[in-house]
Amino acid sequence: MSKIAPVLSAHWDEADSFTLDGYKRHGGYNAAMKALAMSPDDVIALVKDSGLRGRGGAGFPTGTKWSFIPQGDNKEHYLVVNADESEPGTCKDMPLLMANPHVLIEGMIIASYAIRANYAFIYLRGEVVHVARRVQQAITDAYAAGLLGKNIGGKGYDLELVLHIGAGAYICGEETALLDSLEGFRGQPRLRPPFPAIAGLYARPTVVNNVESIASVPAIIDRGNEWFQSMGTEKSKGFTLYSLSGHVKNPGQIEAPLGVTLRELLELAGGVREGHTLKFWTPGGSSTPLFTAEHLDVPLDYEGVSAAGSMLGTKALQIFDETTCVVRAVLRWTEFYKHESCGKCTPCREGTWWLVQMMKDLEAGKGTPADLDKLIEITQNIAGKSFCALADGAASPIISSVKYFRDEYVAHLNHGGCPFDPVASTLFATAGRA
Amino acid sequence: MSPENAIATEVEMVTVVIDGFEVTVPKGTLIIRAAEKLGIQIPRFCDHPLLSPAGACRQCLVDVEINGRAFPKPQASCTIPVKNGMIVKTQLTSEVADKAQKGIMELLLINHPLDCPVCDKGGECPLQNQAMSNGRPESRYEGVKRTYEKPSAISSQVLLDRERCVLCARCTRFSNEIAGDPFITLNERGALQQVGIYEKDPFLSYFSGNTVQICPVGALTGASYRFRSRPFDLVSTPSACEHCASGCSMRTDVRRGKTLRRLAGEDAEVNEEWNCDKGRWAFKYITNKERVSNPMVRGADGELHEASWPEALAAAAAGLKGKRAAVLTGGRSTIEDSYAYAKFARVALKTNDIDFRSRLHSDEEAAFLASIATELNVSYRDIDSADHVVLVDFEPEDESPIVFLRLYKQVNKRGLKVSTISPVQSRGSEKLKAELHSTLASISGLTNKSLILVGERASEVIGQFTAVTKLADQSGAKVAWIPRRAGEVGSLLAGAIGNLLPGGRPLSDPAARVDIASSWGVESLPATAGKATWEILEAASDGRIDALVVGGVDPLDISSEALGQLLNPSTFVVSLEISHSAITAVADVVLPVAAVSEKSGSFLNWEGRPRSFEKAITDSLTRSDLRILSMLADEMGAPINLPSTAATARELQSIGVWDGVSASKPEVARAPIAQPSGDQAILHSWRQLLDLGTLQGGEENLAGTARPSEVVISAHRAQTLGVVNGDLVKVSTARGTITAPARIGKISDSDIWVPRNSMGSQCIATLGAASGLVVTVVKA
Repeated sequence: MSKIAPVLSAHWDEADSFTLDGYKRHGGYNAAMKALAMSPDDVIALVKDSGLRGRGGAGFPTGTKWSFIPQGDNKEHYLVVNADESEPGTCKDMPLLMANPHVLIEGMIIASYAIRANYAFIYLRGEVVHVARRVQQAITDAYAAGLLGKNIGGKGYDLELVLHIGAGAYICGEETALLDSLEGFRGQPRLRPPFPAIAGLYARPTVVNNVESIASVPAIIDRGNEWFQSMGTEKSKGFTLYSLSGHVKNPGQIEAPLGVTLRELLELAGGVREGHTLKFWTPGGSSTPLFTAEHLDVPLDYEGVSAAGSMLGTKALQIFDETTCVVRAVLRWTEFYKHESCGKCTPCREGTWWLVQMMKDLEAGKGTPADLDKLIEITQNIAGKSFCALADGAASPIISSVKYFRDEYVAHLNHGGCPFDPVASTLFATAGRA
Repeated sequence: MSPENAIATEVEMVTVVIDGFEVTVPKGTLIIRAAEKLGIQIPRFCDHPLLSPAGACRQCLVDVEINGRAFPKPQASCTIPVKNGMIVKTQLTSEVADKAQKGIMELLLINHPLDCPVCDKGGECPLQNQAMSNGRPESRYEGVKRTYEKPSAISSQVLLDRERCVLCARCTRFSNEIAGDPFITLNERGALQQVGIYEKDPFLSYFSGNTVQICPVGALTGASYRFRSRPFDLVSTPSACEHCASGCSMRTDVRRGKTLRRLAGEDAEVNEEWNCDKGRWAFKYITNKERVSNPMVRGADGELHEASWPEALAAAAAGLKGKRAAVLTGGRSTIEDSYAYAKFARVALKTNDIDFRSRLHSDEEAAFLASIATELNVSYRDIDSADHVVLVDFEPEDESPIVFLRLYKQVNKRGLKVSTISPVQSRGSEKLKAELHSTLASISGLTNKSLILVGERASEVIGQFTAVTKLADQSGAKVAWIPRRAGEVGSLLAGAIGNLLPGGRPLSDPAARVDIASSWGVESLPATAGKATWEILEAASDGRIDALVVGGVDPLDISSEALGQLLNPSTFVVSLEISHSAITAVADVVLPVAAVSEKSGSFLNWEGRPRSFEKAITDSLTRSDLRILSMLADEMGAPINLPSTAATARELQSIGVWDGVSASKPEVARAPIAQPSGDQAILHSWRQLLDLGTLQGGEENLAGTARPSEVVISAHRAQTLGVVNGDLVKVSTARGTITAPARIGKISDSDIWVPRNSMGSQCIATLGAASGLVVTVVKA
């Protein structure tokens, strides 16, 4: 198995990769035309058979999600693309939209056609204005080229595509909160059922997919399932974007077949920061339990990561070397979750508030090892009790860090504060200062 | 049971096991509710049976498995409907659920001030109680608690202490789902999430008090009750609301002889668990400074002097004896008191000149009321199953707010079609998505499942009652009359009107007269039909009537001339009153009577449903009207033998409702409508729920949420006058001028609307009329 599989990122190094011409030069929009010649049900079946799973974190089979949309119900259907990429460490959708927005538009044409939607939305996080401009331009160009709007490519199919800019709330990455926000309400998760497939946007059947999931569809239509399934592992088929960040020599996105290991990815990225060793890493962003050097050979697919006690999530590999204080890192994440908790439910709202205070005390070396047990007990009272998964994400780094680095927490207590030099972990630290 | 009903009542049942006990409940029942059926109390905050599930507080987590498959995490029992094969383990049998609940409770309390000793809710607080029953004995929180400035006034009557709030969203869901007033909302996020109002818009809802009542902590408090009492010092009495004909069940809480608060009672058939702010907070009229405490007799000096009861009764009896007397009651009396007035008029005064309609009224209305008195056959449940509801001169949000809530519920739930015969689109009819019609002529498609709800203002449109009965006869639709005041339906059935004897018996029917005469033990009853209120007043002013017994009447409710007519010095006036008023000022004898909370009795609400109440202020020395009338009748030597409310109720019960032929329906042709020209317009008005009504006196916090006065004009008129929203306009007659801000609304170009009796807009006093009159409208 080849270690890299550039599909979405194949042409990112071309100067005009984001333009319609640049995209069309490599066969762009052929897949859409091919799909529009098929029956919608065949498109759904093809995507279902491909084994493509959601790339936004949960890994739900994309084609299956599409097939949940009731057909012949005389209701509007909607496709909503979740481009509210906000998970700490995750940086795959934004680069993809910067370098190749048309692959998303093409995927959306195919997906909307399959689920019989004539309106599609991209919900983009508000902070990325540069991406918004580029995506908006791509949409404008696609309209001008007859690839959106009425009678797309002369195939008799209409699709209106709207780019919506969010206001910058992490919770709006949760699909039902996203829908509330898109409808103009405060973004807070909705009670399910009804699921979006039955009553989503404006209470109509709606598919909410991640950018990368939809962007992966044109290649599947174009090159077929055999090709797609030649990559990946038994239950996790295909290619995906891994984002490497932190203490790594060449941070960035690496597109590889599912099941690649961190050891292989680190080799491709030039290894951990010069002169340092891997201490811990996240497999899928800050909401997924930490891994350590002992997990370097865990296959990074849905099952492999899960079996090792974490989640593939968004494949956001944040690399931390031995200069990093795990308590400090976890506290920063906890502060993030406290700031981003929407406030709807008690455990998340009150819990993240409390966790920050406890983590701060621990970082400052206040307390006894018994407080560490209290931290874990209270974190467990939060995890799995909340309305949506945000609080679970807040709990993951705490529980896993204490699991692997309990001694380091205790060292803070013995030392009366953090025994690390915070500068040593920064990029501007001189080599060897650790 | 008809096949149609059989289908409606056939509900699929589901059996589940909760804590080892089987329970069978209708499909769709939530776990938390099914557990209640078994007597298993799962702690909760955000859950409320009448609100949509939120799943926000997470206090009700339980372990659930379906067909052997267990949910990996504990589930919120307030959001999951039961299913066959479901096995639920609550905190009683599952350690996981118990730990989850204790964990949530601890989290809820970390930012709660625990100021229970000074909190109004302490002692009746779901948080306090459930923290004791389902919480850890001690908190492990050692950090800094969230604090806010307090209290924050979200309206003049509702105060918010944000640090106490557990953010269950009951108040916001109530306001949005039940009242249709989404003026409070949760804003900010995370730990700073809080209930708030829009920047400059206070929480002006007629139903805001319910949020205080359903708040599971002490976060929302009523400004008038705050810091006044502790729950365990109060003595609670189930009561009925005296403010309107909706008929809310209530609870009156009294401490040492003083009413401190009133709460909505529970009655699924009537008010569910809600009431309006007037019912909740307007009770200070009982304790106002103008309260009459002792009988008073006008002396030779022309002034009223306090007198003993025997003196006063003797003076009243002497003044009434041998006179051509009439009786006016205010429409707020209980059915027992009204019956006493009705019997007193016939037996002691030997007249049928009695009328409870202390408001605009018509003979057509009296005929209509006589024709429906024995067949009050519409109820709230009919609203639930109606296919179309037509409101005729009836503005439910202002004039019968619980009827409004029931309509709103059905409009939301199943898109109930509502049409309204009204000159203007009100906020209430907007919320009901009501179709606006100017007359009944354009209403079509009614069936026998349709309802026509007629308000008391139909008497102001000549021919309206006739049109209503005709439409009902043609379509099979059912008709209900919904007056504003709580006592009117009871007064009608008690015979406190000139054309009816008790039990809806037509006076014109000799058999009916014999019926009543024999049960009263009198030889005969006067047979001449009684005069209406306006005729009685005219007769008083020209001397055809020379004595009046008046109970609870404000002359300005009737007409601008009424007081002048009463002022005829040769008319002897006996006033039975709670407080000093325009009538007591001219009365020869004033007899103080008990207010509702000081007596027992019952109202009939618009459905004809008895709403009985017990004496809430048990140590009150005041007497109810019936007792006083009975003493007065004794003094006059024509006893009516009504020594107590219970005895009166029994007598009324034994008389029963007339089973003979009911009175014939009205036949009055519609009168031509005046055609205004130029800057003239036809005046329309109704009383807003919160206004200058007598019984709202003394409660400033409540008055603070009254809707401001405005003149509603059409866009065309606005253009002609050169005004925009908010510009002052003057509405004038020869008598006077009302000046108020204009609001451009959905109203015919020839009409305008103003509030009838609000601050700055008192139609009868200022303009001399309340509706139908041609007025002049100019820019101020």
